[in-house]
Amino acid sequence: MQNVQLNSPSAEPVPNETQGGALVVIGKLLVSLRAFIALFLLMGFFAAINDTFLDSGNLIILTKQVAINAILGLGMTFVILTGGIDLSVGSIVGLAGMVAGALINEGLVLPMFGIVVYFNVWIVMVITLIVGMIVGLANGIIITRFNVAPFIATLGMLYIARGLALLSADGSTYPNLVGSEELGNTGFPQLGGDTLLDLPYSIWIMIALTLIAIFIARKTPFGRQVYAIGGNARAAKLSGVRVKRVTMLTYVISGFCSAMVGLIIASQLVSAHPATGETFELNAIAAVVLGGTSLAGGRGTVFGTIIGAFVIGVLRNGMVLEGLSSFLQIIITGVVIILAVVIDQVQVRLQQRS
Amino acid sequence: MSDDVILRAEQVIKIYPGTVALNKVDFNIYRGKVNVLIGENGAGKSTLMKILAGVEEATAGRLSLEGKEIAPKSPREAEELGIGIIYQELNLFPNMNVSENIFVAHERTLGGMVIDHRSQEDRARELLQRLEQPIDPRTFVQDLRIGQQQIVEIAKALALDVRILIMDEPTSALSNTEVEVLFRVIDELRAQGMSIIYISHKLEELLRIGDYVTILRDGNLMAEAPIPEIDLGWIVENMVGRETVRHYTPAPHEVKQTIFSVQHLTLPRPRTKDYTLKDISFDLHAGEILGLYGLMGAGRTELFECLMGLHPQAVGEIVLDGELLKANTVRDRIEQGLMLVPEDRQREGLVQTMSVSNNMLLASLRRYFNWIMLNRTQEQEAVEQYVQELSIKVSNPENLISSLSGGNQQKVVVGKALLTNPRVLLLDEPTRGIDVGAKEEIFDIVVQLAQRGLGIIFVSTELKEVMAISDRILVMSKGKITREFQRDEADEQDLVEASAIGHGVENEAIGVS
Repeated sequence: MQNVQLNSPSAEPVPNETQGGALVVIGKLLVSLRAFIALFLLMGFFAAINDTFLDSGNLIILTKQVAINAILGLGMTFVILTGGIDLSVGSIVGLAGMVAGALINEGLVLPMFGIVVYFNVWIVMVITLIVGMIVGLANGIIITRFNVAPFIATLGMLYIARGLALLSADGSTYPNLVGSEELGNTGFPQLGGDTLLDLPYSIWIMIALTLIAIFIARKTPFGRQVYAIGGNARAAKLSGVRVKRVTMLTYVISGFCSAMVGLIIASQLVSAHPATGETFELNAIAAVVLGGTSLAGGRGTVFGTIIGAFVIGVLRNGMVLEGLSSFLQIIITGVVIILAVVIDQVQVRLQQRS
Repeated sequence: MSDDVILRAEQVIKIYPGTVALNKVDFNIYRGKVNVLIGENGAGKSTLMKILAGVEEATAGRLSLEGKEIAPKSPREAEELGIGIIYQELNLFPNMNVSENIFVAHERTLGGMVIDHRSQEDRARELLQRLEQPIDPRTFVQDLRIGQQQIVEIAKALALDVRILIMDEPTSALSNTEVEVLFRVIDELRAQGMSIIYISHKLEELLRIGDYVTILRDGNLMAEAPIPEIDLGWIVENMVGRETVRHYTPAPHEVKQTIFSVQHLTLPRPRTKDYTLKDISFDLHAGEILGLYGLMGAGRTELFECLMGLHPQAVGEIVLDGELLKANTVRDRIEQGLMLVPEDRQREGLVQTMSVSNNMLLASLRRYFNWIMLNRTQEQEAVEQYVQELSIKVSNPENLISSLSGGNQQKVVVGKALLTNPRVLLLDEPTRGIDVGAKEEIFDIVVQLAQRGLGIIFVSTELKEVMAISDRILVMSKGKITREFQRDEADEQDLVEASAIGHGVENEAIGVS
């Protein structure tokens, strides 16, 4: 019920015959919109104390940073809705960047044929996304077929993917990913550098993926089944839901989103570094949790995650503008996350009252 | 009345936001008696018990214990006053052993630091002896059967030296033999001077075990009386104003051709040479209600699970509409036309975090999916249709499933099953934990489905229910079908005997005679 409300502000309010009074209704509304309210308060606060905060330049930089975390958060939302967790996203970001870098700078070496194949940038990107999905699939297989706890499986994958990223260029960077005319693989930097209607591509990608994710979560059987698995996997199974397959797919989605972020970052930097994406998983989880998704699964929304990512982004951006110590910034981020979950618990209690 | 009242609730009011759960209720608990409390779901029984046990506070009203006013603010305070409660859902830690469970949060220690396991185990053994259950205090609770776990719950309450023991539907998960044991225990506790509050839906039980009965309806006190002065009809009248399911006569429905057939179904027990199900064969006809009766552990639930494809290691043939079913996943079975309404609504039937409508649609999502998205309108129509057909009481299907009463939740599970268009419906204890009124409605629904030509297998541990609704009854014991009865030849005595075949000596040995 809460999902519906958060996802579409335009949907008619759900009447509830067990309401106690106007105060409770207002209280519930405030709590269910808390992420929005927090975001607006934060933005208002920073706008008031800093003139440059609302400059379009700053807002675009802010949103560009948010896009990275938000896209990871999209995939993470599906995983967490099933009651799982994906700790490997940061490492997949790093690995994906290295895969793209290697394909552009060195091509695909086929030793048995003694040839090197260079791909068009589009194909490079598709291959990279597929690699991300394969890593996600590996997570899914380990979790559902070998019954390894998601935390452990993806923790292992965090190491494996990072190790592969480091191994791919022996710990060094693939620099200058511009490609060359004669190989026909130029244009990679455009993904991170170019704009459409003054907005960088990465922001458009975030918007597009968000819309798709909301659609999947709300309008497809897959989305419904993800919620069902997180709410009660046994009941879902007895209702004919292919629990293992659906769960596996959420990790594939998360792998896809991670690879997308890997591409965006490598393109923005015009180079691929194997350490890219370290601790990104934690930011993504923070965005999901801030957005009101329960780590126990079954409860939460895609849109909430986007708001969560913006709350983190605005907080960081504002604090940087104010010249706050970066150490202090980290502490404040932590406080905000805990606060959000505390409020979440209040909401759960309010719901149970009704 | 010569019996004296140990605990008295007077004019208790409990208001939750939007609802009055208890409206000026008086409740007397007589010393050394079994005080039975009954009422339909939502009548306020559990709320009243929670107030007595300190879990909830009354909005208004007085509680007095031995004439002194009390107001327990936590279960701990209630325990100190001598009031213990055994909840409907067992509150045990499966990963701890029996004695640890009995003394949890009241550990006996050496010097306040170290748990004195020795003393705990000795005391636990004493308590279990008193309950005639020689369970080893070191057994892990997860290894006990439900009936034994119930006994551990009782031992836990006894360990606190409570004078008043509240038992909220203690028999809902017990087999008949286990119920017998429990009743003996209750008799003994009563003889030892314990005052017991006993809540149950099973009316015959109450007449057998109770001394006084108090009836609640919609948060109001309806009546109180000593049991010898009343009968079943009186209770039902005060509870619902309707007759009980016992006298239920199904509307006529025609039993047609065979649609479903199980041949030599066998389910080996893992890592042993034993069998959970052995050589089960039977036919089911279109329009037939086939009752399946058996004690706990007879294999009824496992049989259903096999039919739904949950046990790939099972062997045997399942034929539906002349077609041998090969594929072995729940999804395939649902598509082929089998559907299960599972025994445990909360754990297997419903997703508590989802709405009424999403729960109902969960098993049939594909019918509303046009390869791009779910068709909201079609979904709503389907839900609306079954909300009406099954008369589910819900103001808005988008409300959370947990906002419904037990009976209505069960109807939602049935609705979910029907939305898959089944040919054969497997009902595992569909009437468990719901009130008489809702039971009758479920019965009506089952008969209507039979009239429409579905084949229905109806499982219940309540003998009278099985006899009331079935066209034919199969009795299972120890994983085998022991007898088959036609409706008109079914006799209570014979059914019970058939359900006990294979039990006996070995059963004595594990302490459930």
